[in-house]
Amino acid sequence: MDHQPPPFFNRGPSPLVRIVLFTLLSVWLMVLDAHQHYLLTLRQSLSVVIYPLQQLANSPQILMEQIGSFFVTQSALHKENDALKQQRLANALQLQHAQSLQAENTFLRKLLNARKHEAGKTVMAEIFYTGRDPFSRKIFLDKGSAQQINAGQAVMDNVGIVGQVTRVYPFSSEVTLITDKDQAVPVAVLRNGTRAVVFGNGQDGTLDLPFMPVNTDIVNGDVLVTSGIDGTYPAGLPVAVVSKIERNAAYAFAKITCSPSAGVDRHKQLLVVSVPPQPALPPPAAADTLPAKKTPGGQH
Amino acid sequence: MSLSTSSPQHLLAAASIRFIVLTLLAALILNLLPGEGFLLWLRPDFVLLVSLYWVVNLPRRVGIGIVWILGLCMDVANGTLFGQHALAYALAAFLVLALRRRILMFPLWHQSLHIFPVLLLVQTLILIINLFSSSSSVNLVYYFLSSLTTALLWPLLPSILEMPQRRKSDPETA
Repeated sequence: MDHQPPPFFNRGPSPLVRIVLFTLLSVWLMVLDAHQHYLLTLRQSLSVVIYPLQQLANSPQILMEQIGSFFVTQSALHKENDALKQQRLANALQLQHAQSLQAENTFLRKLLNARKHEAGKTVMAEIFYTGRDPFSRKIFLDKGSAQQINAGQAVMDNVGIVGQVTRVYPFSSEVTLITDKDQAVPVAVLRNGTRAVVFGNGQDGTLDLPFMPVNTDIVNGDVLVTSGIDGTYPAGLPVAVVSKIERNAAYAFAKITCSPSAGVDRHKQLLVVSVPPQPALPPPAAADTLPAKKTPGGQH
Repeated sequence: MSLSTSSPQHLLAAASIRFIVLTLLAALILNLLPGEGFLLWLRPDFVLLVSLYWVVNLPRRVGIGIVWILGLCMDVANGTLFGQHALAYALAAFLVLALRRRILMFPLWHQSLHIFPVLLLVQTLILIINLFSSSSSVNLVYYFLSSLTTALLWPLLPSILEMPQRRKSDPETA
């Protein structure tokens, strides 16, 4: 070990040559990654190498949670049980209501000869890691292509849409949150079916609803649900609540700010939802605004 | 004893490759630790810190290429544009390599004053790349806090990373 030749002889290319080489290589990689998506296999293979490290980094937290859950008091469990029972009762009531509505809906749809709404398949996954990059809003789930998760699927919690799967690795997947800059979700206002697209603006807790005319029928507290016309997000899931509207006649569009319904910071478990292969119909709420177009058998 | 702290690389045996790999893996794990809120802004870049330490102290074991590959790993872990961390890390390694004789002359706190501008440059480079590629905004004051915390950790590094070498070289000096 100590008897290596003097440093001048076996050093290889000089640092300057190396840095120029690596700079060119990284610029090439960045351009490839930004414009074409050739590099997914390289990314996937590196992710398999990093995966055990990520699990190791997560293990103290999981251990703490397990220890914490072992020492839960009986009274706390009792309280939680009571709350869950109450919620179940409330849910059962809503479910019965929903069942009768669904029966009515299928009957009406049969009358109109329209295609059926089908619920997509869901896979439950846990948040595994939060992205470190301050420029984007991303989380990583602990399920990947090995568990039949595909890029483009929607991700939701029990309250609403959280984001969309953007990259899939063998054992994990990357979810871009709806609050990420330029992440778009097609929505409809639940109250009147007005269709719009919600955009993230890169900040936690706010979404923008651009390009709506100043006189548009949107008020504070309106609930925005997915419209489903993009074929990516299943229709009718809550996305956001309108929190602030600025109508200034000097501008062509109103400035509307919303707050997302779902909270990634509140839950560890999320659902990955896939849309059934048929193109989805516009939601029933949107359908009543254009009744003239709905001729029997007219929909494909 | 006072001599050994001012110029440790002459008196201590070179660290084994296995130990270097182990410290770099540990740094990667530290970088992947989950966190949330304000803590995310404060968390230091352990991978860059440890790899720059090895570049300064053992430039023939850890060079620009290894640091570049670690940058690629960070890009995959964060889901960022492929190659941005690699480019910034490689550039930092190059600068530190050019400055290393100078850096090693100073005591540890002054060394971290040399490292700090390099870390700022890395973050600035990543910022510029993101301005071009993703057009998203970020709170600049919070953004650069990470460089500060990373530089503050620099003086603590030798006491951890030179542990096995001290143990090895102690019987020889005694």
